[in-house]
Amino acid sequence: MDLENQKRVKDFTEKFGAENVIILLGAAEAESAGLAAETVTNGDPTFAGPLAGVQLGLRVFHAVEAEFKENVDAGVFDDQIGMMEMVLDVDAIAAEMNAIRSEFTKY
Amino acid sequence: MAYAVVKGGGFVLIHTPDMITHNGTTQTTERLVNPDSEYLKKLPNYYRTYEEVISYPPNQVYIGTIKPEDLRSYEMPWYKQQVEGATRNGKHGEIMPQEEFLAMLKMVDVFDLVKLNKEFTNMVKPKFNQHPLMTEAMVAKLKDGDDMVEIEKYLNEQHAEPLYHDNKLIGCVKRAHDIDPNLNAHVILENLIVKASGVLAFQHLLDKNNIDVTTIDYVIECSEEACGDINQRGGGNFAKAIAETVGAVNATGSDTRGFCAAPTHALIEAAALVQAGVFENVVIVAGGAVAKLGMNGKDHVKKEMPVLEDVMGGFAVLISKNDGVHPILRTDLVGRHKVGTGSAPQNVITALITEPLDKGGLKITDVDKYSVEMQNPDITKPAGAGDVPEANYKMIAALGVKRGELERTAVNTFVEKHGMPGWAPTQGHIPSGVPYLSHAVEAFLNGEIQRTMIVGKGSLFLGRMTNQFDGISIVMEKNDGQTGDKATGVSETEVKTMIAEAMRNFASHLLQ
Repeated sequence: MDLENQKRVKDFTEKFGAENVIILLGAAEAESAGLAAETVTNGDPTFAGPLAGVQLGLRVFHAVEAEFKENVDAGVFDDQIGMMEMVLDVDAIAAEMNAIRSEFTKY
Repeated sequence: MAYAVVKGGGFVLIHTPDMITHNGTTQTTERLVNPDSEYLKKLPNYYRTYEEVISYPPNQVYIGTIKPEDLRSYEMPWYKQQVEGATRNGKHGEIMPQEEFLAMLKMVDVFDLVKLNKEFTNMVKPKFNQHPLMTEAMVAKLKDGDDMVEIEKYLNEQHAEPLYHDNKLIGCVKRAHDIDPNLNAHVILENLIVKASGVLAFQHLLDKNNIDVTTIDYVIECSEEACGDINQRGGGNFAKAIAETVGAVNATGSDTRGFCAAPTHALIEAAALVQAGVFENVVIVAGGAVAKLGMNGKDHVKKEMPVLEDVMGGFAVLISKNDGVHPILRTDLVGRHKVGTGSAPQNVITALITEPLDKGGLKITDVDKYSVEMQNPDITKPAGAGDVPEANYKMIAALGVKRGELERTAVNTFVEKHGMPGWAPTQGHIPSGVPYLSHAVEAFLNGEIQRTMIVGKGSLFLGRMTNQFDGISIVMEKNDGQTGDKATGVSETEVKTMIAEAMRNFASHLLQ
């Protein structure tokens, strides 16, 4: 995850409290979504950014996951994400996200 | 006004292993943050040799030896494959080794900022002299080399940027000002690299297409660096600097910026200048980005594969007055990501792909080949960034499904038929739409394609001035041999109607 984004996630978490923060990802690949999810839960796996060794344990979802889709307006979802839902490997992304959440999310 | 045509291009790669270590930002950042890291220790074990870089199939596509479609016949990962009989020279350009490129840095430097030691200069001069595109005057600019004592003084006392070859210090780039941050040695090195690689691409454009350099009227440089001083960081102008080195005595030029989308912006600007009759011959040119060498090196080393981001890219393309032969640039079929378009992928693809097609009454399947961000998936997939061109083709196909122009089951066939495997190095602006241009010219002239679309996209938010993303596209078509303009032309009947209308209006005013 971009170092600047890591810093922003860290700052927002300090400002609003970890229990009040949800991270929503839009990465195109399961692997990159998983890396970003790991960064905001268990810390930066590359040990390069501000979240290296920082275990925020935040709730994190991908925009094509059912958990997100079911909670937003269906028309807006179709307009904004419908096409990408057709293109991306949704099952692989969901499996990766679930794995990270079940291991590292604290909230 | 007749449409402008794409005459041809020059495409070059430069293999610079020592620059991965010393100038790639993934490595320079790691050295700052974690100087004893395992990654930095292991890194050089994963470098490729110049010969391996030459025979690497995607690189041979870039310089025009094999067609983009031919990459499909090589099993991935491509770094385990080689093009038999490949050499440094291709139909569209060359793959230059590091030592000759270091000589080019010296050759393009007009402020005596590049210092190469005597030993290195002696070694490289004969090689540089043998290069078919380097003139005697260019070789003479290498002079005899400098003393190491002097080079070390610049390094130790004046913050010069070191230059290495085969892990040995062989010279430096001096700062161009004592305190101006925009003229420090680091910036000067990056800028000279852009200039030198742009010059090489321009030389190949002239050579490969038999172009008289004195016929070039205007040059648009479209890389991602900025040259200027403390008072104007992006003052410019790489375009004129490159034009000067290649001897384009009748040209001036300017720089166009737009992150990775800049080359397609430049292509459209060039087409417009030619079509409007302002200039007859406009060259768009860009040099390479040294900062991006080894950008995904950590992932490559972790996966125990070669560091594939070991080359910088450069390109130059000539856009000329309609000759009735070369493919035309349909400036009436331009797509653009507007400020109000938004960032949702379907809005982006609609703006870039289907809006221009709708203007021409065309369907998604009427374009034979889409040239999107042609990034090499051999590089991006192991880094978790997926197959960028394939993702783009799938998005175009998915939009086709939503528009009812394509069956959902036909998505994969669409990707195969209207797409191409990516071959360009991840140099930002280099893979963006333009690397197909020389291949496209050939495919048009051989009657293999009737229509293509060049699409450029850019991540403007990286500059922190806007959250906007950007993109622009243009349709290129087979030349029908008519050098007049059928799209914007007006028929005799229409002229008569227009005159009659004007007379009627005039008469009605007289009566009032």
